[in-house]
Amino acid sequence: MKVALFVTCLVDLIRPSVGMAAVKLLRDAGCEVVVPAAQTCCGQPAVNSGDRADAVAIAKRVIDAFSSFSHVVVPSGSCAGTIKVHYPELFQDDPVMARRARDLADRTFELTTFLADVLKVGAIAGRFDAEAAYHDSCSGLRELGIREQPRALLAGIAGLELQELKGAATCCGFGGLFCVKYPDISEKMVDAKVDDILASGADAVLGGDLGCLMNIAGRLSRRGVPMNVRHVAEVLADMTADVPPVGGREARGSA
Amino acid sequence: MQSTARAFTANARQALDDAKLQVALARFPEGFPVKRRLAVERLPEFEALRDDAKEIKDHVLAHLDYYLERFEAKVAERGGQVHWCSDAEEARTLLVKLCRDAGATTITKAKSMIGEEIGVNDCLEEAGFKPVETDLGEYIIQLRHEPPSHIIAPAVHLSKDQVAEAFRAAHKDLPDDRPLNEPQEMLDEARAVLRRAFLSSSVGITGANMLVAETGSIVLVTNEGNADLTQTIPPVQIVIASIEKIVPTLEDAATVLRVLARSATGQDLSVYTTFTTGPRRSGDLDGPQHFHVILLDNGRTRMLGGEFREMLRCIRCGACINHCPVYGAIGGHAYGWVYSGPMGAVLIPNLIGVDEAKDLPNASTLCGRCEEVCPMRIPLPRLLRKLRDQQFEAGQVPPLFRYGLRWWARLARWPALYRLATGAGVATLGRLGRRKGRFRKMPFAGGWTNARDLPAPQGRTFQQWWSAEKGVRQ
Repeated sequence: MKVALFVTCLVDLIRPSVGMAAVKLLRDAGCEVVVPAAQTCCGQPAVNSGDRADAVAIAKRVIDAFSSFSHVVVPSGSCAGTIKVHYPELFQDDPVMARRARDLADRTFELTTFLADVLKVGAIAGRFDAEAAYHDSCSGLRELGIREQPRALLAGIAGLELQELKGAATCCGFGGLFCVKYPDISEKMVDAKVDDILASGADAVLGGDLGCLMNIAGRLSRRGVPMNVRHVAEVLADMTADVPPVGGREARGSA
Repeated sequence: MQSTARAFTANARQALDDAKLQVALARFPEGFPVKRRLAVERLPEFEALRDDAKEIKDHVLAHLDYYLERFEAKVAERGGQVHWCSDAEEARTLLVKLCRDAGATTITKAKSMIGEEIGVNDCLEEAGFKPVETDLGEYIIQLRHEPPSHIIAPAVHLSKDQVAEAFRAAHKDLPDDRPLNEPQEMLDEARAVLRRAFLSSSVGITGANMLVAETGSIVLVTNEGNADLTQTIPPVQIVIASIEKIVPTLEDAATVLRVLARSATGQDLSVYTTFTTGPRRSGDLDGPQHFHVILLDNGRTRMLGGEFREMLRCIRCGACINHCPVYGAIGGHAYGWVYSGPMGAVLIPNLIGVDEAKDLPNASTLCGRCEEVCPMRIPLPRLLRKLRDQQFEAGQVPPLFRYGLRWWARLARWPALYRLATGAGVATLGRLGRRKGRFRKMPFAGGWTNARDLPAPQGRTFQQWWSAEKGVRQ
């Protein structure tokens, strides 16, 4: 199966290892991976800031760039949600583009849902010695219904024990531009998330969205708490021994 | 009520620094949200009931004129009187006139958010009356001269000590040695004072949870029974309600009741649910001699014809507020006007103007928890985005964000330029951040780095790696 990867801007610029992990996972599952050159950002900052003109312009580019692929995979719930849920809403007054947007929405999948639900990949073998809290990012959880998929895939990782957070469904306070527009409120929210993680006894945090992970890792390290923060793809691709955690300087948590 | 929504950012900072408020807010996630979840789990048809309730309200909003006139006719048939007010000023003038006509001095009042919208207590006091709130939470905040911080739990921001303090300051006859440490002791004290007010009241003012068109009834739910004493003891009852409170039939009211208390407090039903139709009939043992309903528009018809119509389905259960992490961080007063949380962030700009409440639509992570729990399935995040669309179009976005977004969007539309610009930046930052893996400070990123470290980029982009790997592009 030929699969186009929408890398997302954050992964492309900040943490390409997540993209590499996605490529490995897709190839291991028998896919041929294509990365169209004409991709940048999904336009979520514009969508969420009321900048409709720019959101529409970026969405058109993305729709064009991925028009010829039957499956588009995104290693982020919120970017996949932008394409699947918000692109069609952007073109309500343009029937032709609306149809193309819905078509792309139908062909687009978040990475763990694609592996678990479409390719029917079961538990993936690997090793990650940690008691990890899984952070369900809001867009993935509520816009796309991602919850069981990453947990099912992680079930084959040796040494990993997953902790469920008390406030698992609560936002971490990232919210894209929210965290820089309202830093005081965002800090309070991420502190609540960090407290929840610490109370769980976890020594690692896993999640499917780099934005949330950077927020949580950034606050943890500012509070001086060592924690192995990872995108779920890196754990599933068994890359944790070679790649430092988010915000960390050396690999930890893996044998 | 005077709005302080313009000062949202400062209000929020103050709330974050208020230690007592933070203690009260910290208790919040363990309360209503847990009770709601358990109540919903007990009722397998809850999701279907949400759909039914939504449909009822959608139908009403599509035929609002018909049902309102039907309601008016039924109220008149039963000997009551309906008054139409287009804004708060009209409602205040009418209310004062009705109270004067009744020769009132003490006026008892049950909790009403419409009462907060029009500032009932202030206007009655100015006119020389003595209004007394009879809902315990409302009574407490009336003593403290502050607005409610939550639509169903108005004094949720206060500690026991603060309540005792308010009682000691206001109840001059209270002996100093009388203990006021436990909720029951405070309840007894409030009960004694309120009992006197009930018995001396000549006008009772209530809100309405619903107005039933087929019978002209009003529906009131409380957990304290105070609304029942407010409407049965005084000779004159005045109901103040906004026009979207209507439902067609008693059956419909029952459907809404089944989702209301469960969503709000996790109760299957509130302790008191009262249907009242018209004044006392001959032979009735109690009830008012005069029954007035003030139907208030105050911006609703404008919403009805626009993009925010779905907000008019709201039944004021507070579920969105109870589950909102932003509300959980700053409480209700920071929002600056009658309402708060996600419903407030949509409603306040609609009722008092987006200009007056610029921050409210933006101070949300759009996490979607509110929509998930809203019994009326109001797409709150989508409505917040619509408000942001309007603000952007009207040029109300701060220049830094406007130009930042524009710059990023331009770059995002030109992949080659994007890769050139970002590739260089990533390489530099990657080099600078390699040793520690993160930055403690970053120019122009204070919003981020004041509270968090910024994880350093790994040093080359995914696209550079893919090109180096000679990965497939088409």
